[in-house]
Amino acid sequence: MANNDGKTLSPGNVLLAGLWRENPVLRLLLGMCPTLAVTAAVKPALTMGCSVIFVLLCSNIVVSLMRNLLKPHLRILMFTLTIATFVTIADLFLKAFQPDMSEALGPYIPLIIVNCIIICRAEACASKNGLFISMIDAFGMGVGFTLTLCVLASIREVLATGMIFERPVLPVAGDSGGWFVPWAAMGMPIGAFVTLGLLLAGVNLITRRGKG
Amino acid sequence: METVQVLLLAFVSIVIVNNLVFTKFLGICPYLGVSGRLDMAFGMGCAVTFVVTLAGIMTWMINNWVLATLHLEVMKYVCFILVIAGAVQLVEMYLRKFFPTLYESFGIFLPLITTNCAILGLCLFIDLWGIKSLLEATVLSFGAGIGFTMAICIMAGIRENLQLADVPDCLRGAPITLITAGLLTLAFMGFAGMIG
Repeated sequence: MANNDGKTLSPGNVLLAGLWRENPVLRLLLGMCPTLAVTAAVKPALTMGCSVIFVLLCSNIVVSLMRNLLKPHLRILMFTLTIATFVTIADLFLKAFQPDMSEALGPYIPLIIVNCIIICRAEACASKNGLFISMIDAFGMGVGFTLTLCVLASIREVLATGMIFERPVLPVAGDSGGWFVPWAAMGMPIGAFVTLGLLLAGVNLITRRGKG
Repeated sequence: METVQVLLLAFVSIVIVNNLVFTKFLGICPYLGVSGRLDMAFGMGCAVTFVVTLAGIMTWMINNWVLATLHLEVMKYVCFILVIAGAVQLVEMYLRKFFPTLYESFGIFLPLITTNCAILGLCLFIDLWGIKSLLEATVLSFGAGIGFTMAICIMAGIRENLQLADVPDCLRGAPITLITAGLLTLAFMGFAGMIG
């Protein structure tokens, strides 16, 4: 983790770690379930990302504030309960103000509770560092997660429907005479798995180039 | 006879047609992480089956008998995760006492069952689908466990063979596993619509 390897803990460094060097999805392979499940279109992916940023920020703040009171054997339980509380808040908020999105995301919003990213950041960063660093770390990780989700979702949405954010970008074949034939498979589970697999392969390729 | 048929259909649907791993993307982390060896995968599947059955029954009872009567639905998620954490603790204590060798071989993966999305996911789906009978909830939970075990064992078998294959360098590890998983979901899509 960013905080144990002896590097200087400057805020910028911590922020960048979440965005690229330790990007939760592409590098640490955390939080795969929501990554695969909500990326059929950009809008639910963005909603999911924002909910995760909110929960991650709040839980990191709370965990960081109570880090000196925690008993070692009870800490995971305390983390989980903190996270569950904030997820309930996020879920109720979405139900009230974004009912369509809440409907579309279904159980995946409450499933943020068991999203490994949040518990991992609570354990690896917030329980060891002060309030400021924890907040920066949560923000970097959350934004890194959201960006990855949006990249994946835009690839899938364009190929599956020819649209981004429900606005057409590619001329779909039909009466109006476009050339693009939508790939239905991209909207299905196989599209999620294969796109993420190829994205990870691309990241591997870039990393190896950088080293060699 | 009617009930038996309903229960049988529910079981088949959750194991094959609505398999949590292949159609709902739940439990992907252990599916990609643990499934390197067949025996480990099977052990993991059994532990998850036990926990998910226990958790499914208990959360259904708590949700329908306690929270619904007291109008405390807001507390649902906190209660669910507490029940699951408790059930995992129980399995851990039982295994450490009676099967110490199995306990050793699981290592870190046992406490991680708490954060397995398949378990919380199933409890949420039972709530979402509005399952009204305890028997049906039990069958669904058990079936979900069996479905997870089946998925993780198929994957482990493929990955044991994959180690001998000549995979391009940048695809090694997680990427090729994800693509394999994608092809598996395509195969299981053939069952979609079999049960309405």
